[in-house]
Amino acid sequence: MFTIEQLNAIRAEYAPKVEMRHGHGHFVDAGDGIRKNVLICGGTGCTSSGSMDIRDALVTELKLAGIEDEIKVVTTGCFGLCALGPIMIVYPEGTFYSKVTADDMHEIVTEHLVGGEPVRHLLYKETVKGDEILALDQTPFYAKQKRVALRNCGVIDPECINEYIAVDGYQALAKVLTEMTPDSVIQTILDSGIRGRGGAGFPTGKKWTFAKDQPAGKKYVVCNADEGDPGAFMDRSVLEGDPHAVLEAMAIAGFAIGADEGYIYVRAEYPIAVHRLEIAIKQAEEIGVLGENIFGTGFNFKVTLRLGAGAFVCGEETALLTSIEGNRGEPRPRPPFPAVKGLFGKPTIINNVETLANIAQIILKGADWFASMGTERSKGTKVFALGGKIENTGLVEIPMGTTLREVVEEIGGGVPNGKHFKAAQTGGPSGGCIPAHLIDTPIDYDNLTAIGSMMGSGGLIVMDEDTCMVDIAKFFLEFTVDESCGKCVPCRVGTMRLLEILEKITSGNGTLADIDKLEELSKYISSASLCALGQTAPNPVLSTLRYFRDEYIAHVTDKTCPAHVCKELMRYQIDATKCKGCTACARKCPVGAITGGIRQPHTIDAEKCIKCGVCISTCKFDAIVKA
Amino acid sequence: MKKKLTTVAFTETKEQADKLDALIAKYKNVGGNLMPVLQGAQDIYGYLPLEVQKKIAIGLDVSVSEVYGVASFYSQFSFNPKGKVSIAVCLGTACYVKGSGKLHEKCMEITGIGAGDISPDGRFSYDATRCIGACGLAPVMTVNGDVYGRITPADVDGIIAKYL
Repeated sequence: MFTIEQLNAIRAEYAPKVEMRHGHGHFVDAGDGIRKNVLICGGTGCTSSGSMDIRDALVTELKLAGIEDEIKVVTTGCFGLCALGPIMIVYPEGTFYSKVTADDMHEIVTEHLVGGEPVRHLLYKETVKGDEILALDQTPFYAKQKRVALRNCGVIDPECINEYIAVDGYQALAKVLTEMTPDSVIQTILDSGIRGRGGAGFPTGKKWTFAKDQPAGKKYVVCNADEGDPGAFMDRSVLEGDPHAVLEAMAIAGFAIGADEGYIYVRAEYPIAVHRLEIAIKQAEEIGVLGENIFGTGFNFKVTLRLGAGAFVCGEETALLTSIEGNRGEPRPRPPFPAVKGLFGKPTIINNVETLANIAQIILKGADWFASMGTERSKGTKVFALGGKIENTGLVEIPMGTTLREVVEEIGGGVPNGKHFKAAQTGGPSGGCIPAHLIDTPIDYDNLTAIGSMMGSGGLIVMDEDTCMVDIAKFFLEFTVDESCGKCVPCRVGTMRLLEILEKITSGNGTLADIDKLEELSKYISSASLCALGQTAPNPVLSTLRYFRDEYIAHVTDKTCPAHVCKELMRYQIDATKCKGCTACARKCPVGAITGGIRQPHTIDAEKCIKCGVCISTCKFDAIVKA
Repeated sequence: MKKKLTTVAFTETKEQADKLDALIAKYKNVGGNLMPVLQGAQDIYGYLPLEVQKKIAIGLDVSVSEVYGVASFYSQFSFNPKGKVSIAVCLGTACYVKGSGKLHEKCMEITGIGAGDISPDGRFSYDATRCIGACGLAPVMTVNGDVYGRITPADVDGIIAKYL
């Protein structure tokens, strides 16, 4: 049996080994001869750009230099700044290398790891200020962040349970099992004010209370890791970077509600996350923090992994349960709520990955600590996946109440290529957009709902003037039409009709009456659909109509697309004052739509033009414009 | 998206058949077993032809329609084998905003097939996928599992040529 004393012994042994990664800049001697730690991001973003080859090259170079026993190479989870990947950090100094390649390893090893001088031209440029090299938390991207759910991502090796234990891992579970009662655990979660991070923002403590209040017997804890919102990847990053935090929280939840079994339902599209979860479960079982009689307290808890198979609706809790049961992932009516009748008909709680990643911290640091962050009704921090037209794409964790402007302009580094911020889309296919004039809105659950968007799981896609809002609404409707499970009519048929109207508008055949129809139909779909997928499906339409109605009207009455995106409404023209008559475009045009003599301004025959854009990329004089 | 049944004739090796039998035996008495068995079968065969679905139905003692119902519901289950060059473009929001719609058109033009199809000679298969989570590299395409990020339609020919 694994005891708390053994847990503490592992912590005492491994804590010094990871201590130097905490960014304070000084060396910590763990007595193992290691003088530096090199951390390489092993998240999906960085491995996609070859970080594992870079690690291998580094290991080879370290051997050639004969210092492989002095430098520890650690593969971690995501550091967050995905735009600059592959990323590598050298501790204790905290030197941050961005966009490194395998070929750079020789230079980094000889100059920095042997010679002691950082390779300045490979450093993240925000960390270089004159002669000085700044610490990461002094850069704009990290300065305003507060890492709670992501605290171990990019710090520890997710495939090593000892490193998790070194950073107080499984201490919260030990505390809960030996010092607390189920009631006091739930009271702590209630007091912390944490709300579900998966989308709807239901208070986590209440959910646990409902399940606990059911008569004793078989109950389940389910972790929803079916991150379907396209553009959100925080759950994946937590699973890839800190899988034990999720397992520990599930066991704590199991103790609180009286469950002895848990399921993690994870997207099959996340192979690295699945792999690391498998390793984590195995290690936790081997050591004894999962399984029978944990810490000798008589509490049993086991976790089973179930893979999704690419159905967005399975992120909806009842559909997820149906899918775990092995069926088509169709939602069922609520009530009965899963807390009463859930998986295999038993009381079940379903919590999102990011929610669970906060739980152990709340237990260890207290409800007051957690509640001290955030706003009146939204406590703690939230992770956002910044994407789209923004300089620093990646993951950021900010206290609730941070304004969208701080996120986009300061942390995100603004919109690239001199373009302007037009809107941010949150909540994915269920959410809406936040237009530029509301950029100073403090982000929390209630504010986002009030302005017609929603927190959702935390995807935040930035759009500039080149994004057509009608096209974006159509994009999301295509998604929901494709992902509607087909069980209820308002969603199955209604979203299809919505999409048809949008297609009519973007192809230049819309009328003003169509815009009214969109609104009316949206109302019915929202109120009559069975589950959240259908109920929220019209949101992208309603919110773009609310803030960008003029764009819809331009499509309908002027037959133009102001952002020059909708193909059918676009015309290519040649600016006669800029055209030099070089004939390059006429030769490249696949349909022979461009005519004109040598050194004479050319013209485009709108009838023949298929709007493929080849001429624009061919022209060296920027003479071809979209109108 | 409606799934098209394959036109490729079904063949299997003894090794594949044995593996499927072992898989069915392993999950026979586990609750909610159909999904893991279908996933395992797809790993064995690369796709889920009707012949395999029938075997699973018999093995797990459920109706073929039930197996087909589940297999056709989830987009990860493929009724078509993968081509020698398996191409996919991410149409998640982050990629779409950065222009993956144009990559999508370009790939269909090059391969001559639509999303979810395989070319008759078995050379190409093409998929438009949901977010693969590499949003920091948007727009993204994958060829035989290799990820290519921050690309334009002009890069697509060169990338695919590497695999021919």
